[in-house]
Parts: sequence; C-alpha cells; structure tokens
Amino acid sequence: MSVLPYLVAGWIFLVGVYGLATSRHLVHAVGCLAVAQSSTYVLLLAVGYRRGATAPVFSDIPPGTTVVDPVVQALALTDVVVGATVTALLLALVVQTRKRHGTVDPDELSGLKG
Amino acid sequence: MDRLLPLIVAVPLLGAAVLVGAGRRMPRLAAETVACACAAASTALACAALARATTVVSWAGGWRPRHGVSGGIVLVGDRIGLGLAALASVLVLAVLAYSWRYFEEPPRGHSGAFPALVLLFQAGMCGFALTGDLFDAFVFFELMGVCGYALTGYHVEESRPVQGALAFGFVNSLGSYATLMGIALLYARTGELGMAAIGRQLDAAPERDALVAAAFVLVMTGLLVKAAAVPFHFWLPDAHAVAPTPVCLVLSGVMVETGVYGVARVHTTVFGGPGGIPAAGTRRVLVVLGVVSAVTGAVMCWQQRHIKRLLAFSTVGHTGLFLVGVGLLTDEGLSGTCLYVLGHAGAKAALFACTGILLARLGSVDEHELHGRGRDIRGIGLLFALGGLALAGLPPFGTGLGKAVVEEGSAWLPALFGLVSALTGGAALRVAARVFLGTGERGREEEPETAGGEEEPETAGGEEEPETGRRIRLAPPPMVSVAVALLAGALAVGTVPALAEATYAASSAFLDHAGYAATVLGGRAGGGQPGHAAAAHGGAWWTWTGAALGLLSAALAVVLAAAAVVGLVPSRGWSAPLRRLHSGHIGDYVAWTTAGIGLLSLLTLW
Repeated sequence: MSVLPYLVAGWIFLVGVYGLATSRHLVHAVGCLAVAQSSTYVLLLAVGYRRGATAPVFSDIPPGTTVVDPVVQALALTDVVVGATVTALLLALVVQTRKRHGTVDPDELSGLKG
Repeated sequence: MDRLLPLIVAVPLLGAAVLVGAGRRMPRLAAETVACACAAASTALACAALARATTVVSWAGGWRPRHGVSGGIVLVGDRIGLGLAALASVLVLAVLAYSWRYFEEPPRGHSGAFPALVLLFQAGMCGFALTGDLFDAFVFFELMGVCGYALTGYHVEESRPVQGALAFGFVNSLGSYATLMGIALLYARTGELGMAAIGRQLDAAPERDALVAAAFVLVMTGLLVKAAAVPFHFWLPDAHAVAPTPVCLVLSGVMVETGVYGVARVHTTVFGGPGGIPAAGTRRVLVVLGVVSAVTGAVMCWQQRHIKRLLAFSTVGHTGLFLVGVGLLTDEGLSGTCLYVLGHAGAKAALFACTGILLARLGSVDEHELHGRGRDIRGIGLLFALGGLALAGLPPFGTGLGKAVVEEGSAWLPALFGLVSALTGGAALRVAARVFLGTGERGREEEPETAGGEEEPETAGGEEEPETGRRIRLAPPPMVSVAVALLAGALAVGTVPALAEATYAASSAFLDHAGYAATVLGGRAGGGQPGHAAAAHGGAWWTWTGAALGLLSAALAVVLAAAAVVGLVPSRGWSAPLRRLHSGHIGDYVAWTTAGIGLLSLLTLW
C-alpha cells in the first residue's frame, strides 16, 4: 500500500483549511469545511483498502475471499451523515446571516469583538 | 444496572423524537412536561448508577469480548463519567425549569422545538461521558456540537446569535474532523475502535513513532477546541455571549468541561500506557495550554462590559485551570478538578441565571448602561455577588475546595489559581456593585479613540432583546429558585465530605490505565471503592492553608472590584492588542486553530 492516499488526505484537509481561513463568502466557507471533511473519507477508505480485494458482500462470493475492511466503510457512511447535518445547519445559518446582516462576507460581520 | 445504562442516553433521545414528531399538536405545557420528565428520568438513572460502588459496563447487543478481544460497542459507566452525565442532566433540568416561563410564547406548532433540542444536547453529552468507544465518542461529540450550534442560533431573527453560532459551528466542526482523522490513524495502527482495546494494542508493541504522536495531536485538537483552550478558544465568547441565556447555563456549566473530560479520558485509556505518549509530554501540553488559557481568560474577562461575554471569558479562564489540574496527572489534581468543575458549574450557571433576569427585566446586559438600574432587585444582586465570590474561590464553596485541593500539587499553583480566581470573581463583583448598588462612575457612553485613531475593539451589551418577548416586572419564581438552587449546589460540593472522598477514590480509578482495560475487556470489577484509598490519603478535604488561600483570593477579588468601581484601576489601553485578536472573524479563528495544531505538535514532540 503506497503512502500516496495518506498524502492526498492530508493535502485535501489543508486545502480546505486554507480556503476556510481566506474565504470572502460564507457559502464558500461552508464548502471549504465540507472539503476539509472529505479528507477524512479518503483517509478512512485508504486505511481499509486491500490490493486485489473485493467489496465486503458475501452473498455471491465464497467465504474466505479477500475483501476490503467493512468497518471503515461504515465509519465513512456515519461521517457522511454527520457532514450533511453540519453543512445543512451552517447553510441555514448563512441564509439567516444574509437576512439579518445583509452580507455574506465574513470581513463585514463585526458584531462581536474585543 | 448494566441493562439500564444505555437508557441514560436513550431516554432523552426518545423524548426528543416524541417532541419532534408530536410537537406540532402539543400545547406548550405538555411539551415542556415531557421534556422535564425525560431529563429527570435520565438524571435519576445516572444517580442510581452512581450509587453503586463498581463500574457499570454495558456491551450493545450483548457482543461481549471473548478472551480479551472485543467486537462490540461498549458503554462504560465509571464514577467520573457517570458523575459528568449526572451533572449534565441536572443542568439540563435546571435549563428546562428556568425556561419554563422565560421564553416568549413560541409560534403555534413549534412548542416542541426548544425542549427537543435541549434533550438531544443532553443525550450527546451523556453519551460522550459514558461511551468507551472512540468513534462513538466522535459521533456523540458531533451530536452535542450540532445541537449546541442550533441552540446558540436559536433566536435566528436577531443578527448577533447567527454570527456567534456560525463561529461556533465552523471552529468546532473543523476540530472534530481533526479528531476523526486521529481516530482513523489509530484504527490503521491497531485495528480497534474501543478505547481500552486501542490502548492494549498500542501497549503490545511499544514503539513510539510519528504516527502515534500525530494521532494524539489530532484527537486532542477537537477535544481542546471544545474545552476552549487558547488558541482554540475564540469561538467560545462569541457563542456564549449571544446564545439564549438558559442555553448559556449548560454551555458554560458543563459542555466546555466535557472537552476537558474527553482529554483526560482519551489520555488515560488510549495513550496512558507504555505504547502511548509519555506522561511528561501530556503534562507539558496540558499545563502549558492550561496556564495560557487561564491567564488569557482572566485578563479578557476583566476587560468586558457585556456581562454574558464577561462570564464566557471567565469560563475560558477556569477551563484553563481545569486543564492544569488534569494535566498534573495525579489523583489529587484530578479529584480537585472534579470538585472544582462541580462547584464552578453551580456558580457559573447561577450567574448566568441572574444575568437572564437582568436581561428580561431591564432589556440590557451592558455593565455601563445598567449602572444603578438594578437597585430595586437587591435580592438578585446578592445572588450575583455570592456567585462572584464563589468564582473567586471563597470557602466553603465547591470552587474553593477544588482550588485548594489542586493547589497542593505544586508550589507555583496557588499564585496562578489565586490570580485567575481573583480577576474573574472580581469582575463579577464589579458588575454586581455597579448594577445593583449603583456605586462609582456611570461609565463612559462615548467610545474613546485610541492613539492610532482606531476604534477600541469591544462588544457592548446594550442592544440585546429581552428573551421573554416583553419586559417583565418581577422575576418569575422558577428563574429565581433555579439560581438559588444552583448556588446551594455549589455550596454543597464544598461542605459534604462524602462527595470529596468519593471523588478521590473515583480519580485514582480513572487514572489507572491497565485497570480500565481490565474492567472493560476482562470483566474485572473496578471503579474505586470510597474508603480504603481515601482513608489512606486522608482524602481531599479542606486544609488550613487551602482555606486561607481561598479567603485571600476572595479578598483580593473584593479589593479589585472596589478599586475598579472607584476608578483606581488603569485604563484598558494596555490590553488592546489582546482584545484586537478576538476579531469576530471566522477566517482568523480557523487560522488560530491551525496554529494551535502546530503548537500542540511542538509541545508533544519537544
């Protein structure tokens, strides 16, 4: 198993964080958070990958066949659900921000400081 | 009892489901009664489990480990976890009682929304406190987080709450994704997700390498974000200052402390053995971050005029002290921290409850604007001042006892704990003197310009809306009695010797890395009987020095407050650079979080 998928996961996380830190639009920022999260999908699936293995469904393959790790797939699925919840909630808050503050630029939100 | 343990989490979840499903057709009274009943049932279950001497272990679906190898998912109710679950449930009950008549009448068909969110929040906290599985901990952590964001932004029709909720959401979610990456790395190394099982696998091949260190840093990042350790703390004042006041009770009182609990739990069960992170490394991380958070929180707390924001920064300061107490990694440090957390929860929640009464009655939470306007509700002022003294560590409050017990760990600790207690307590007393007694200057109305012509960074509390819908004349009895009960709880923590003894025994059991694994995977009875351990050590109880130091910090707080009221304290200019860092900008907060991950790595690998 090469180290490439792990580097890719780290790279995606950093790209997401960079976008989040420099974002000028809140919807873009929510997207960046989703990008940062997708690094965890890549990492989880990379952890469970086995060369030459098939999907872990034993209905039509003989027992004993090499399969990829089903646990990480369950984890990734849970992770997707968590991510969808967070994204939906944050987007709803962004809609409210647009209505109340009249802007979606984080630079112009100045209600709380000091 | 093993079978009843999951109910502590399941009952609030079921209650929330009922409220979401049937809330549209329920009158408000029915919805709130259902919520209170569920929260009370969960509290009772947690207390019943606490009354048993041994650790309760419950494997979901009966998938028990065979020969020490586990394939199932486990809930572990040891005394500290159960204690935290009980504390969270009690505070949730207080929130529900407090908001009984506090909130404006919700729109027709939405009476179930707020109680349902609070119950989900409770389920998340109890689940996090009780789980013995790292991935489940992440899921409960996110459940707690998402409910926290939604509750913070509950007043979506106002501008500040949505901004605070956004900052809360972005920073916390980023932190929890870092935690998930750490969990994935641990799974890659060990093939396990249970905390005890991961710890055992790491110990089986004790070769310390970059992967374990990276996993430690990543897992800790999310937990420290929740624990609001500097530089991960920026979201906390923004969220706590704008959340509805009843929600602040539980956010400041127990949610932030849950992060500290997570740090301690993950450290001892996963990384505490020979295959984990050396104790010196963990101690360095927690003590350094704790000291920085404590000082930053206390200084920022002193500078605030928005009362809820002031209390939020005092939570940052006190959480820093908790991190130091846990970071000592000793029985005394941990048991003192537990007592401190219990006392702090009572005192801080009572202070927020009093602030809510101010907001409901006077329509403001600004120290300068409220000057002297609380003269006719002196009773609330007395409660507020008592809360401030409790924060300052006055004996015999639980905060004072916890502070005294932790301080014995090292010679420099009394200075730090005294300073932070005096500053945070002093700030609360200053507010009490100005608002309820009307002493001193009214405070400036116009914003002074600093030397650079730049506007002073600060948040005023003048334009908050009363959450009762309209201003109230008299504080409703439920609100006042909740504040009184919470303060009485803080007092009880410092005056009941049995509690301190039980905490001491629970702490020795908590820090036992091998003992936890044996209890969970081997089925050995464990959990620290109060009695022999405490008797050998004399337990953790008041000493003359501890009480004297508590009196000293309380006196210092009174002196500071008096000096501030008569204008003897230097102007706020010197702290402007620090205040400017709290910019309210989400990008800045994310950048600080990233810097914090770097700092954490440096401290771990140093």
